Amino acid sequence: MAEGQHKLAIFRGLLKFKSNQQKIWGVLIFLSIVTTIEVGLGILKPEVLMTSFLRMKLLNWIFILLTIVKAYYIAWDFMHIRDERSGLKNSIVLPLVILIPYLIFILILEADYIFDVMDIGFVSWNF
Amino acid sequence: MEVTTNTQVNERELWGGGAKPFSASYGKIMMWFFIVSDALTFTGFLVSYGFSRFKNINSWPIADEVFTHFPFLHGIDAPMYYVALMTFILIFSSVTMVLAVDAGHHMNKSKVTFYMLLTIIGGAIFVGSQAWEWKNFIKGEYGALETKGGQILQFVNLENDKRISIQDFAIGINSERKTHKSNIGLWYQNEKTLPKITVEEVKKGFLANPNLTIRTEQISENGQKTLLSRDEAIYKIDDATGVVEGANLIHNEYGNRLFADFFFFITGFHGFHVFSGVVINIIIFFNVILGTYEKRGHYEMVEKVGLYWHFVDLVWVFVFTFFYLV
Repeated sequence: MAEGQHKLAIFRGLLKFKSNQQKIWGVLIFLSIVTTIEVGLGILKPEVLMTSFLRMKLLNWIFILLTIVKAYYIAWDFMHIRDERSGLKNSIVLPLVILIPYLIFILILEADYIFDVMDIGFVSWNF
Repeated sequence: MEVTTNTQVNERELWGGGAKPFSASYGKIMMWFFIVSDALTFTGFLVSYGFSRFKNINSWPIADEVFTHFPFLHGIDAPMYYVALMTFILIFSSVTMVLAVDAGHHMNKSKVTFYMLLTIIGGAIFVGSQAWEWKNFIKGEYGALETKGGQILQFVNLENDKRISIQDFAIGINSERKTHKSNIGLWYQNEKTLPKITVEEVKKGFLANPNLTIRTEQISENGQKTLLSRDEAIYKIDDATGVVEGANLIHNEYGNRLFADFFFFITGFHGFHVFSGVVINIIIFFNVILGTYEKRGHYEMVEKVGLYWHFVDLVWVFVFTFFYLV
């Protein structure tokens, strides 16, 4: 791939880089900032974010969201998905985007059900 | 004649069918499909971790209390700092890898060599760090008692509200009990090495010191582990059947045993990926030095192992979130 074939803009064209190397360092800085925010939140654990939202702490939702953001930039800019044809892009991303949420949905729902059974059941698990 | 040379150059990039699907090479697409399937394997692991966690949502170990070590800082409670450092190391080695790929596009052999070397070093540091994490996890810190139902009882000193190691308060009892070996018994059976301390010794030490109480696995409303009152604790300690020090696949002093199992399997599987990535990187590194890709006319091989290496980084981002942050 020649230099001209790299797409050098990130954040939907908000930030444009002059060369591919510059883009790499830019993405590194962005990923480092996100990781620092994650670690900072994990250490501080602000009281505001400890409220429950959809049966999980708000803080945990933020962690998961930031993780997906990081994963997006690793795949798009380090693994050059941004530069691939849309056919290849879709055949990589779509199976994962469809299968993973499905697996999460069925297993977490089942786990929640088992928790209820063990919690309100007549069998003691703690003896 | 010139025309023939040109078509030959182009044909080298074509697949067997005479076309170039997705305008990508065969090797690159197959690497991508391997990554997709491997991503689903990791998904299986992480989602089953989520399953076990939601199943035991009110008694799961709190990661901040498990991973508290930092090299050279003994006895200082430093949750997560070391894993955060590991994350930075891995992201950085990902950057040097992508810079190597970029240098490869410019056919710059010396730069590719240099960046590949940095990537290998980063990967090696990461694997070493993970081994160190495992060592601390396996060794354990405070020790605990295990009950008949498989629950873990940890000990807290009420004077300073801190965890106390069972070795610090157990009172020694002279006992005849020795590790059974196959050569001294009637049956050709042996047993695992006995813990240094027995349940009786821990019990005796616990009853002698009124400042101690038990911390159970249960998580209370405020997100902390539940402390028993002294009376409850004295009653509860009779349930104990064994001493647990550290963690393995069967016993786990930090709480639910599944936590240790998933820790070993997921970080182990990921660590194995990093290790094999380092080995592949070393092979490619020597190929670069030998000029294999210079002769071939392109550095696509670096790009392909680069994809694998970034994938390993990508997985770590998720493992980091679900094991240490959430």
